[in-house]
Order: sequence, then structure tokens, then C-alpha cells
Amino acid sequence: MNEVTVIIIDAAIKAAVMALVLLTGFAYMTYAERKVIAGIQVRRGPNRIGPLGLLQPAADGVKLFLKEDMMPTGADKLMFNLAPIITSIPALVIMAVIPVAPDWIVNGYTVRFVVADLNVGVLYLLAIGSIAVYGIVLAGWASDSKYSMMGGLRSTAQVISYELAFGLSMVGPMLLAQSMSLRDIVHAQEARGIWFMFLQPIGFLLFFITGLAELNRAPFDMPEAEQELTAGYFTEYSSMRFGMFFMAEYIKMIAVSGMVVTLYMGGYLGPFVNQFPPLGIAYFSAKVFFLLFTMIWIRGTLPRLRYDQLMSFGWKFALPVAMLNVLATAIVLVYVM
Amino acid sequence: MSTEILTTQYLPIAVTFIIATALCAFIVWASGNLGPKRNTDKKLMPYESGMTPIGGANRRIPVRYYLIAVLFILFDIEVIFFLPWAIALLQNGTSFAQFALAEMLIFTITLVVGYIYVWKRGALNWE
Repeated sequence: MNEVTVIIIDAAIKAAVMALVLLTGFAYMTYAERKVIAGIQVRRGPNRIGPLGLLQPAADGVKLFLKEDMMPTGADKLMFNLAPIITSIPALVIMAVIPVAPDWIVNGYTVRFVVADLNVGVLYLLAIGSIAVYGIVLAGWASDSKYSMMGGLRSTAQVISYELAFGLSMVGPMLLAQSMSLRDIVHAQEARGIWFMFLQPIGFLLFFITGLAELNRAPFDMPEAEQELTAGYFTEYSSMRFGMFFMAEYIKMIAVSGMVVTLYMGGYLGPFVNQFPPLGIAYFSAKVFFLLFTMIWIRGTLPRLRYDQLMSFGWKFALPVAMLNVLATAIVLVYVM
Repeated sequence: MSTEILTTQYLPIAVTFIIATALCAFIVWASGNLGPKRNTDKKLMPYESGMTPIGGANRRIPVRYYLIAVLFILFDIEVIFFLPWAIALLQNGTSFAQFALAEMLIFTITLVVGYIYVWKRGALNWE
């Protein structure tokens, strides 16, 4: 077997495992969200199917697949079918550059716990993250429904507005690590002996908040403002095509948590991780679970922002603060250290 | 770019994309074929809370959305400039670092002038 074949097989196995983990993660995120929100509201949540309702996601999945798939008469057929695919693909591939454990040397072979260690990993995250906007705008436009159109426009404006501060708050860790490779960023946090969230607290908070806005999560879940827009850009979708928008949102929650963990919370770092690298997966997952819980917690606690407040927060607060944060970091790095 | 970087770094990305695309295409195909098909004209009307829709949905769009899009392009270019600058800043000696920092400050100040203008003209207010 030549080298290229080995690389392809290796990547295919890792990508398949990643897709499986993400899909399972999606299924159980919906369950966890309902359980946690139920707990916050002093209810029980799903508890009928399987012990503690643990089989609920499977039942939901089967139900979604067996539902009637409808397409409105005026819809643009190609775009209507393409939109959920364009939304889901970036969600599934974005985790490919995030390392979940350090390299593990077994009998002279190096096992890398990352699908592809790109030297421009941060750029990849930004680029793939923005592709999802096309899915939103196409879904809104292709449905030929007024609710979808308005929801699509609103979320597109929201996502591109917050993209600026989101991108800028990735620059802080890059400046500190002097690399765009996510593995190097984790190594830099190891070398400094401190997570970047403590060196860059403003960047960390901005990154998390604008990440929520990028995800269209509460309190920025404007496109899904049920009381005004029914379901926003996926009003006309049914069956598993609706499920795919849902899937993209939850998988992107996992991906954004992974990004926050890698850039600001030390990635897979933890005690004894260099002695036994697979332990890194546990630390990484624990940090991601904590962030996911925080996202659900925020949804259960905070009311939704009004649209004008949302836009002015993005343009008048998040953008200038992110810019100042980057420049201040650079000045400190050049003149003080 | 050398072939080695292409194969070790970008080939796995391509493989991941292919697997993700196949998975998504399969889901769309399955959801289109597994469910029943009992369509009626009423069912296929765009949803408008029970009213019969008047006119199509692709009508004029408020100009604010275009404004946001144009502003996004302007400021996103700035973000893109920040990324390579952040990597190169500290790797070429102190005098280069001070020079690069001054350059970036001048660039940002130029943009901030435009930003203040846009803010004062009320382009960032949403009514």
C-alpha cells in the first residue's frame, strides 16, 4: 500500500467515527436540552420511552423519517432540496481540524487524534463556519413563503453581523500562540501553563457570546422567534429535511463548543494527558459538555433579545470591543513582553 | 504549495467532505422516499397561519439588509487582514513588530473613521 492510500483510509475511518459521534451527540443533545430545560422549569421532561426516556431521540428520529415530505407549490425545487444539505455539510466537517487528544506513539506508530492538522486551522473554522449562511438564505428564498423569506433575511443579517466580532475574537489566541494550527494553539497554552481564557477574558466572553449568535441560539434565536415568524427560514420544511436544519444547529453547538475549548480552554489539556494521550478525549469531552450545558442553561434563563437590540449589540458593542481587544493584545505583546 | 502538504493536510479534508456529502444526500433521499405521499393543493400552499397567501414571497426587500451586507464586506476584509498579520507580528524581530503594529494601527484608524461616519449617519440603527 502506498502512502496516499494509507492517508485516505486513515482519514475515512476518522471522518466516519467523527460523523457517528456527532450524530449521536446531536440525538442526545436534543434529549439533554429537553431534560435540562424541564429541570429548570420544575418539570420531568421526556420519561416514557426507555429508562428515563433515554430512547426518546431514536423514537423522534424514526418519526421524522416516516413523516410526509412536502414541498410548497411555488418552491424552487433544486434550491429547496439543496438548502438543508448546504446547511448540514459544514456542521459535519467543521470538527475535522480540532485535535481531541495529543499524539500517541504506539509501537513506533503515531496515532493522531485529529482528522487533518491544517496549518491554517483557524482560517478553516472561519471559512467553513460562514458557508452555512448560504443554506439559511437559500432555504428562506426557495420556499416561496413570506415567513421563510423574512426569517431567512433576518438570520442572514444576524449571522454576518456577528461574524465580524466572531472572527476578530479568534485573533487573540493566534497572537499569543503565533500559529493558526489548532494543535499549536493548544501546545502554546501548555507551554505557558495557563488557559488563554485567563489571558484573554474579553476575547473569551466575546467569542462565546458571538458564537451563540452565529448558532442562532437563545438569547439570539431570532430566526426561530415562534411568536412572530412561525419557524423562520425552515417554516416550509417537513420530515427529515426539517430535521437536517435541526441537526445542523445542534452539531454546530458541539462544534462551537469544541472551538471555544480549543482556542481558550486548553483543548485536551489536563493532568497526566501526556503520559496516556487517550485521556485527552475525556478532558476535551468534559469541557465541551460543560459549555453545552451552559448554552442550554442560558436558553432556559434569558429572554430573547429584540431584533434592533441584537443588531446594535453586534455592531456597536461587540465589533469595537473585539477590535480594541486585538489591538491592546498586540500592543502588550510587542512593547511589554 | 508542496505536494506533501496537499496530501497530508488537505486530502483528509476532501475525504471528510465526501463522507459528509454522502451522508446528507442519503438523509434527504431517505426522507423523500420513506414517508407517505398524500399531497393536496391546500396542503402544498405556503403556510401563512391559515390565510390564503396573496402574491409570492419574493417581493422587495428593505434596503437595510443591503446596507448590512455592504458593511459586512467592508469590515470582514479588515478581519481577514488581521489573521495573517497576527501570525507574522512577533516572528520577525522587534523592529519589524513595531513597524507592523504601527501599520495596523494606521489601517484600523482609517477604518474607524468610516465606522464613526456610518454610526453618525444612523446606518447602524434598526427601526
